[in-house]
Amino acid sequence: MENFASLLHGFGVALTTYHVMLMMIGVFLGILVGVLPGLGAPNGVSLLLPLTFTMDPVAAIILLTSMYWGALFGGSTTSILFNIPGEPSSVATTFDGYPMARQGQATQALTLAFLSAGFGALVGVILITVLSSWVAKFALRFSSPEYFAVYFLAFASFIGLGAASPLKTIVSMGLGFAFAAVGMDTVSGGLRLTYGFNELLSGISFLIAVIGLFGIGELMLTIEEGLRFDGIQARVKIRDVFKTIATLPRYWVTLLRSAAVGCWMGITPGGPTAASFMSYGLAKRLSRRKEGFGQGEPEGVVAPETADHAAGSSAILPMLALGVPGSATAAVMMGGLMIWGLNPGPMLFVERPDFVWGLIASMYLGNIVAVLMVLATIPLFASILRIPFAIIGPVIVVVCFIGAYTVAGRPFDLWLALAFGVVGYLFKKLDYPIAPLVLAMVLGDKAEDAFRQSMIMSRGSLSIFWSNGLVATLMLIGLALALGPLLSTMLGRVGKPKGSSVVA
Amino acid sequence: MLKISWLIATAIAVTYGSMAQADWKPAKPVEFIVTSAPGGGTDNFARVVQSIIAKHKLMEQPIVVTNKGGGSGAEGFIYTKVATGDSHKLTFGTNNAYLLPYVAKLAYKPDELIPVAAMALDEFLLWVKADAPYKDAKSYIEAVKAKPDTFKMGGSQSKDTDQTLTSLIQDATGAKFIYVPFQGGGAAGVQLAGGHIDSNTNNPNENAGQWKAGAITPLCVFSPTRLQGGVKVTATMGWSDIPTCKEAGIPIDQFQMPRTVWLPGGVPADAVAFYADILKKVSQTPEWKEYIERTSQTDRFLTGQDLRTFIASDDAKNRKVFEQEGWIAR
Repeated sequence: MENFASLLHGFGVALTTYHVMLMMIGVFLGILVGVLPGLGAPNGVSLLLPLTFTMDPVAAIILLTSMYWGALFGGSTTSILFNIPGEPSSVATTFDGYPMARQGQATQALTLAFLSAGFGALVGVILITVLSSWVAKFALRFSSPEYFAVYFLAFASFIGLGAASPLKTIVSMGLGFAFAAVGMDTVSGGLRLTYGFNELLSGISFLIAVIGLFGIGELMLTIEEGLRFDGIQARVKIRDVFKTIATLPRYWVTLLRSAAVGCWMGITPGGPTAASFMSYGLAKRLSRRKEGFGQGEPEGVVAPETADHAAGSSAILPMLALGVPGSATAAVMMGGLMIWGLNPGPMLFVERPDFVWGLIASMYLGNIVAVLMVLATIPLFASILRIPFAIIGPVIVVVCFIGAYTVAGRPFDLWLALAFGVVGYLFKKLDYPIAPLVLAMVLGDKAEDAFRQSMIMSRGSLSIFWSNGLVATLMLIGLALALGPLLSTMLGRVGKPKGSSVVA
Repeated sequence: MLKISWLIATAIAVTYGSMAQADWKPAKPVEFIVTSAPGGGTDNFARVVQSIIAKHKLMEQPIVVTNKGGGSGAEGFIYTKVATGDSHKLTFGTNNAYLLPYVAKLAYKPDELIPVAAMALDEFLLWVKADAPYKDAKSYIEAVKAKPDTFKMGGSQSKDTDQTLTSLIQDATGAKFIYVPFQGGGAAGVQLAGGHIDSNTNNPNENAGQWKAGAITPLCVFSPTRLQGGVKVTATMGWSDIPTCKEAGIPIDQFQMPRTVWLPGGVPADAVAFYADILKKVSQTPEWKEYIERTSQTDRFLTGQDLRTFIASDDAKNRKVFEQEGWIAR
C-alpha cells in the first residue's frame, strides 16, 4: 500500500497542465519520428535530449518517455500500412497487420494494434507499481546462463511457425546469425566478417536490413504484380474505429496471455523484441484459427503488440533500479538522467521518490494520451493507402532511403538497404521465410555473447545450464517448446501418413 | 588604376586572412563525434561538455552530437581520420584512441589524429560483493591465489582497459582470475551485485549506485593518491576512505583512463588552440566540477606538450601488457 500512496503522490506531480502539455508534444513528436523508419525512437530521443538540459528532471523525463511511447505507436503504423517495421519489436506486427491492410482492413488493424498496445503498456505499468521492489531483486538473479536460456526460449517458441519447409527456416536463421556476427566481437575483442570495410565495423544495423527486406523487397513484388495496392478500394469510416473497439474484448485470452509474456520478458531482460516474437508464436500455436495466421488474422496483430508494449514499459523498472538500459532508447534516456544530475541505481527510489513516482504516474497518463492521439490519426493514415500506387510507391522508396541514411548518416547503408531489398525479393519468390532471419539478427549476437560468457564462467562445461532452479526451468520450457512441434510432427506422420498440415 | 585596386584587394585579403588565422572561429555547426554508444561514459562526457558550452554560450555555432561507437569506438576515429583538414569535427574518446589500433587491424593510425586535450582521468577500483568475507584487497588476493582459475573477474569488453588491469593485477600479485567480458561496465556491476562474478574493476560512476545500496564494496583504488570527496557514501565510508591499491598491498602505482578530445589531422594550429581554449573554459565552470564530483573522476586538464608526454607514457605502459598477453594484431 505504500506504493499506492507514492503513486498518488506521483500523479500529483505528473498531472499539471505543463506536464500534460509536454506529454502531448512528446507523443506528437514521437509519432512523427516513429513513422519514418530509421529515424526511430533512439535517434528522436537523442535529438531532443539537448533541449532538456535546462528543464527540471521530472519534466524532461516526461517529455522523453512520451516521445518514446509515440514512436512505438508510430512504428506499428508503418508495419501495418507498408510492411516496414520502425522498431525491431514491431516486426512481428507485420506478419498479420500488413495482410489485413492489403485486404482493406487497415483501419481495423491499426485500431486493434493501438488498443492492444495501450492495454499491454498499462499492464506493464501496473506490474511495476505493485511489484517494484520485488522486480528489481528478481532481475539480479539473472546472469549469462539465464540470459541464454531466455533467448533460447524465444527461439524455441518460434520454431515451426512458418509454413515454409524447416530446412528453409534453418537457412534463413543461419543467414541471420551470420549478419548478427559482423563487427567487433565482445568476447574476443576481435573483428569479424568485416572484410576490410570500415563501414562494417559497427555491424549491420538491424534497421537497414528490415528497411531492405521488408520495405524495398515488398515494393519490388508490388511492382511486379502490376503496381497496385489492394487496399485502395477501402473506404475509411470513423465508425470502423468504434466498431473495432467493440470487438476487442473478444480477444481477452490473447490479450492477457500476451501481456503476461510481455511482462515476463520485460523483467527477465529478454526485451520487447523477444517478447513480441514469442507472443506471436504462442498465439499461433494456441489459436483455434491457426491457418488464418500470416493471412490477416486479427489475433496476430493483438498478440505481438500487447507483448511489445508490456515488455517496453516493464523494462523501464530494471533500468532505473539497476542502471542497466534495456534498449537503445533507454540508454539515451539514462545518459539524460546523468546529465540532469541523477544516478540511476537502487538508491534512486530512496533518494528521488518524486522523480521515480512522477515518472511511473506519467507512464499511465502518457500511454492514455498516446492511445487517444494515435486513434485520432487512424483515418489520416488509413487514407494514405487510397493514394494511387504510382504516387505513394516512389514516396515509400524515398522514405525508405531517408530512413536508411538517418540510421548512422552513411551512404554505404543505402547500398546495403538495396542489397537487402534484393535478398527480400528473392526470399519471397523462392518461398524462404524472412522472420527467422530477422529474429536471429536481433537476438543472435546477444544469445551468442551470453552462451560464450557462460562457457567462460563454467570453463567449458554445459552443466552450467542446469546449475540452478531458475536456469534449469527456463531451459526445460525452451526444450519442450522446441521439441514439441517436432515430436507432434513425427507422431502425426506415424498416425496419418498423408497428413499435409504437419508443420504447425 | 587596375594595379592599385589589385594591391588594395591583396592587402585586404592578406589582412583578413591573417586576422582569420590568428582568431580562428568555427564558421558552421561543429560536430561532436562520440566514440561510444549513447549512454556510455564517453557519451556522457561529450554531452556534458556540449551542455556546458551551450549554457555559458562559449561558442556561437551550434553543436551536433553524433554517436559512432562501432568497433569499440574505431568507427568514430576512422571517421575523424577521413575528415582530414576539417576543423569542424571534434572527437571524444578515452585512451582507446591510441590503443585500439594495437589490438585490431584498423584503417587509422593514432598519429593521424591531433590530440586537443585530456579533460579528466577516470579511476579504477577493485570491487567485491559486500557480503564477501574479504575486508581488504590483501585478503581477497590471498584467497584468489589459494584457488587459481576459479575466481571470476568481470569487466567491460575484451582486450580493453578492464582486462588490461586484470592482467596487471595478475602480474603484480601472482593471482590467476577467469576474466569474463560483458557488454559494458554497467552489466559487470549488476553481475557482481547479483553474485554471479567475484569482483570487477569498474569506474566509480559505474558502481556507485550499487555501493550506496550496500550490494557491493570497494577494496582499493588504482590511483597514486586517495580519491577526493569527504562525504560519506555509505554509513561508514566515503570515496576518500578507500585505500590506494599500493597501500592495500597490490603493487600497482597507477591505472587511470584519460577522457580525451581529438581533431582530424591537417587542421590549422589556430583551430587546435581555439578548441583547447574553449575546453579549458569548460573545465573551469561549476557544472564541470559538479560532473567530476558526481562521477568521482580526477580533474586534470592537459593540453599541448603535457598531453603528448602523458599519451606517450600511457601508450608505452599499455603496449607492454598487450605484447605480453599476445593481443597485438598483425
